[in-house]
Amino acid sequence: MKSLVVVAGVTVAAFLTIAMLGTAGWSLPPIAAQQHGFRGTGMDQIQTKREAAADQAANQAPAAADPASADGDKAGTTYHNVQVLKDLSTEQFNRVMTSITEWVAPEQGCTYCHNTENMASDDLYQKKVARRMLQMTQAINGEWKEKHVHEAGVTCFTCHRGQPVPKNVWFENPGLTAKGLTEPRNNGQNMASPEVGLASLPYDTLTEFLGKKGLDDNAIRVNATTALPEGKGKSIQDAEKTYGLMMHMSQSLGVNCTYCHNTRAMSQWPQSTPQRVNAWHGIRMVRALNGDYLEPLKGTFPENRLGPNGDVPKIGCGTCHNGQPKPLNGAHVIESYPELAKATASAADAKPQPASPPADAPK
Amino acid sequence: MAYYQNIFTQVQVRPIHPEQGVPVAVDHRVGKPFTSYIAGLFGNSQVGPIYGGYLGILSAVCFLIAFEIIGLNMLASVNWDPIQFVRQLPWLALEPPRPEYGLKILPPLAKGGWWLITGFFLTSSILLWWLRMYRRARALGIGTHVPWAFASAIWLYLVLGFIRPLLMGSWSEAVPFGIFPHLDWTAAFSLRYGNLFYNPFHMLSIAFLYGSTLLFAMHGATILATSRYGSEREIDQIVSRGTASERAALFWRWTMGWNATMESIHRWAWWFAVLTTLTGGIGILLTGTVVDNWYLWAVKHGVAPAYPQVFGPVVDPLNAGGNVP
Repeated sequence: MKSLVVVAGVTVAAFLTIAMLGTAGWSLPPIAAQQHGFRGTGMDQIQTKREAAADQAANQAPAAADPASADGDKAGTTYHNVQVLKDLSTEQFNRVMTSITEWVAPEQGCTYCHNTENMASDDLYQKKVARRMLQMTQAINGEWKEKHVHEAGVTCFTCHRGQPVPKNVWFENPGLTAKGLTEPRNNGQNMASPEVGLASLPYDTLTEFLGKKGLDDNAIRVNATTALPEGKGKSIQDAEKTYGLMMHMSQSLGVNCTYCHNTRAMSQWPQSTPQRVNAWHGIRMVRALNGDYLEPLKGTFPENRLGPNGDVPKIGCGTCHNGQPKPLNGAHVIESYPELAKATASAADAKPQPASPPADAPK
Repeated sequence: MAYYQNIFTQVQVRPIHPEQGVPVAVDHRVGKPFTSYIAGLFGNSQVGPIYGGYLGILSAVCFLIAFEIIGLNMLASVNWDPIQFVRQLPWLALEPPRPEYGLKILPPLAKGGWWLITGFFLTSSILLWWLRMYRRARALGIGTHVPWAFASAIWLYLVLGFIRPLLMGSWSEAVPFGIFPHLDWTAAFSLRYGNLFYNPFHMLSIAFLYGSTLLFAMHGATILATSRYGSEREIDQIVSRGTASERAALFWRWTMGWNATMESIHRWAWWFAVLTTLTGGIGILLTGTVVDNWYLWAVKHGVAPAYPQVFGPVVDPLNAGGNVP
């Protein structure tokens, strides 16, 4: 009896130890800590040196294509059906097209968007989406330059990274209702959801805070602005939603709370870092882009590109950031592509053309 | 020769006739007592008989009902999928009603109704267990220190799940029944109310909690260190100090100049433990009801220090003129 207990105990202890070693997510020193606030406030960004190096290596901006001459015929006269970049020279236009192929569809090539029988044709849904995305890129680099992207700017590669569909897009998350559960009884939370860092926080918080354009600017704020209660405040459930969004931001940027906040007083702006203002505008930018550029493409995308609720793929912080505080190590990617730095098409052209995808669209 | 130690006792006492203790007036003990080697590793090798009694049985039934409702609701929330139930168990919970239901006695079952029913049964179970403890203590003619210490924990439980939600006018302020969800709730609660660390009763509660562990370690270590001189008979030594007690006292007078006594150390420990949940409950009760933002409260009363600004002025984009949070 006694030896049986000892053997059983040792076995259980050994298995627990193995499980712990395998699942604890160890960080192997040396650690690279960066102070990001006044001493003693714990405002540090912490990574292992190995992770930092791997991050840096995995987020290299590709070399820009050689500059092209601005002389010669305009693309709009050389080619048919050029709507957004028609004022570029033919050479400049071809340079951008080549770059886009490398950024978005290096394996699939031109035929990912173009019908090679007739390059001007809008047969493929990919081409219509790409046109809209060009306009979106211009809007990010133009309208949102001062508020969010600054000199770094974005190109297609910032999100796409050589993939036709960027890795970090998101869809509305209906939870288990999609699988026949008629009445959700979890208040929209309590599922291990990657969007909120695998916490039990509300899993559809991105739909709430990043999916809607024109949301009340105070929707994310849950703290009282006075020491003592003056009227009805926000609920704890609202705080959990905000917490969920913050987890998304933290994960998307690979930073902890103190990158933006002094965590002793999350809501206090004077104690926050300048990055918080940037992030505040970033939230508005993502909402506007989802509302103006992604949602209107609903009729353009084929069904297999839509989410469980039939919604379009949407942008979050991680779509560009990909786990870094500054996408692509902060490289000024827009410098070599001035044609993507501001809107060039007239407002009338900017309207998307909803159309059902052609029957031969790749499934 | 075998010798006796306090923890992981090498010598197990196994009476030929299981010990029945002192005779009491009403005795509802059930079960046939037996000795167990595993139990003997950690404490007394004799297991049972346990006291049944209608309070204990009623309490156990209420607990089982609450436990079942929580489990079935968790199972329902993964669409009755047993694999998902096991996989997601730490994430699952029975949530209180949404804020729109306020203090409604019975919202729809799937939207908080089950939470209220569970709360009723769990609270009944805990209160009945308290009453059972109190009555057993009185029946044995001992003091009621254990039930009153338990009552302090019940106070914190009632504040969190019943009293504070009543004062706030909404069941939605209460804690969900779930493993990770109740931890996320705790973090969200502190975030919502401007950092609970600036709540002075939270500070007291932490001091008593950590103090309890310190006292426990100091006392446990002292008794173990002097048990070779007989200090495991510490109650005996309260009135009749032996060399163990003398050495323990001298050790602390040497190292920190002063010592508790064999008797007072137990009062220290009891009060630290009881005050942890007592002050904690007060801190929770004040949150949201009389203080809405503990950080701002701490600034108002000179508790929170100001730090120099490392970056240039950072201004709220919604209030570019002023510095409203």
